[in-house]
Amino acid sequence: MNRIDQKFRALRTLGKKGFVAYIAAGDPNLKQTGALAREFERIGVDVLELGVPFSDPLADGVVNQLAAERALKSGTTLRGVLDLVRNLRRQGCEIPIVFYIYFNLVHRYGVKNFAKEACRAGVDGVLTLDLPPEEGAAFQQTLTKAGVHPIVLIAPTTPTNRIRTLVKQAGGFIYYISREGVTGMQSKVATTIRDRVAVIRQYSKLPVAIGFGISNPKQARAVAMDGDACVVGSAIVNQIAQNGRDAKKVARFVAPLIKEVKR
Amino acid sequence: MAPLQELAKEYAKARRDKKFRQQVAYYLREYVGRPTPLYFAERLTRELGGAKIYLKREDLLHTGAHKINNAVGQILLAKRMGKSRIIAETGAGQHGVATATVAAMFGMECVIYMGEVDMARQALNVYRMRLLGAEVRAVTAGQRTLKEAISEAMRDWVTNIRHTHYIIGSVLGAHPYPVMVRDFQAVIGREARRQILKHEKRLPDVLVACVGGGSNSIGLFHAFLKDKGVRMVGVEGGGRGIKPGDHAARFQKGGSLGVLQGTRTFVLQDEDGQIMLTHSVSAGLDYAAIGPEHSYLRDAGRIEYSYATDPDALAAFQYCARVEGIIPALESAHAIAWVQKHAKKLGRDAIVIANMSGRGDKDVMQAAELMKL
Repeated sequence: MNRIDQKFRALRTLGKKGFVAYIAAGDPNLKQTGALAREFERIGVDVLELGVPFSDPLADGVVNQLAAERALKSGTTLRGVLDLVRNLRRQGCEIPIVFYIYFNLVHRYGVKNFAKEACRAGVDGVLTLDLPPEEGAAFQQTLTKAGVHPIVLIAPTTPTNRIRTLVKQAGGFIYYISREGVTGMQSKVATTIRDRVAVIRQYSKLPVAIGFGISNPKQARAVAMDGDACVVGSAIVNQIAQNGRDAKKVARFVAPLIKEVKR
Repeated sequence: MAPLQELAKEYAKARRDKKFRQQVAYYLREYVGRPTPLYFAERLTRELGGAKIYLKREDLLHTGAHKINNAVGQILLAKRMGKSRIIAETGAGQHGVATATVAAMFGMECVIYMGEVDMARQALNVYRMRLLGAEVRAVTAGQRTLKEAISEAMRDWVTNIRHTHYIIGSVLGAHPYPVMVRDFQAVIGREARRQILKHEKRLPDVLVACVGGGSNSIGLFHAFLKDKGVRMVGVEGGGRGIKPGDHAARFQKGGSLGVLQGTRTFVLQDEDGQIMLTHSVSAGLDYAAIGPEHSYLRDAGRIEYSYATDPDALAAFQYCARVEGIIPALESAHAIAWVQKHAKKLGRDAIVIANMSGRGDKDVMQAAELMKL
């Protein structure tokens, strides 16, 4: 069974909410990303989202843009990130891993080739930022066939009939974007989350993870309660920017977030 | 995606609406100054000693370039959709000025995103936008030119989607933008076709225009696409020559099919799919991707693409000024450079229309430095 499914099944049995951590692969370098992945697994991160660095990260705020720049500077490539996952799996690291990726990298790599290698390496899900369902159906099917879940994004502006189409292509979990805009930390959490999640639940049985703009334990708990899991990205990336070479230090920032979500 | 679909739907409606079309035509005539002349460049023709050269004088439009054609169309659409805030990206600043202009005229809030590098080399246009009441936001990411300005405008758009319309300045971005911008620019070719038939009683042999994103070129070419005998040439920014990072010629070495900013098209990218750095002396051509319709028409064999280097373009910039008394935009100078090189070979019986897409006032400071004027 796909590691994401296993994880959410276990969480459901325990009656617990999930915690998804986003980091940019290769920031500050791939070796350190490996160390962070193992550390995150140890402290109880449920799903690790690995951003594959792209030169033009359209959907990202400045924190993640800078992280991608650092990752590219350290020589990170898609091939390198796949190798990292392969190595983690060899070392017995079983944390579910989702790639957060811009489509040009997949396009260049070759769609079929990418799906095959992602599965072989031990990637559990792929979230393609800039591939709408109208253009993405074939790719999502290729992923599904390879045993990798296509993770689908739903925005506050996504109309109900479109939610219906989107969830049909989805696997693993649904990623609900908490507010209009790009990734990045916010002081306030949007108030419309609960209603939109209710609409998603009408059409899909998949767990719903909520992200974009979540930066502290209180917000993390609040959005996790509205869905099945919360995603924290930029706030962790910010910590890596400061203490990226010390995985324990970053973990000390993440642990309280997890604790509050699981309380 | 939903807002794009809504825009496509609204545009499809507007396009069929006679009243909307009349409104666009009214502002283009009364405010922008259309039609523009198709000017027979007599001295240029004589000096080059070959083809008969006509210039489509988009440089004479209000704000000084073809960009205003699209800005007028899109702001009328934004009004129709009840939007109150306008954003745009700009490279050379001409699209930013055009957008700031129409936003001022219709009393709408306006924010323009511009790369820091472009703000320095096109400072005059920054002042113009500010004078027109727009806020110019400097973009400091990546190589700080047009590509990053587009990304930043798109980020703003998704954040403020409910009341903001994003006026993209070229035939780029996701559908319906490339189609919509082309339609608003197609007036250039419709006029030119009518005018050349009147002057010469026949169609031209060659159309030539510079290609950044590709709006002035597709604007000129579109009305002639079905005229099989008309050859069309798009001139890309050859920069310092065709070496990685030194140019912006997507159909030369380094360009291949990719996906950038919502469009599948030819992109300058490396083997991993990272977008490459670009360079052109002209800010308006300094961009890693090309409008998707250009990629299609190139693959279909309908349009051919060439390039002019920075020195070629600068030489044409000065040559055009001295021979015709017209200072072209550095972008348009790329088209003139092609004409300079090919007029003689084409022979005296040939007729060429070059698109003078904008005027060069904005480039004078930069040129003065580069050419030690």
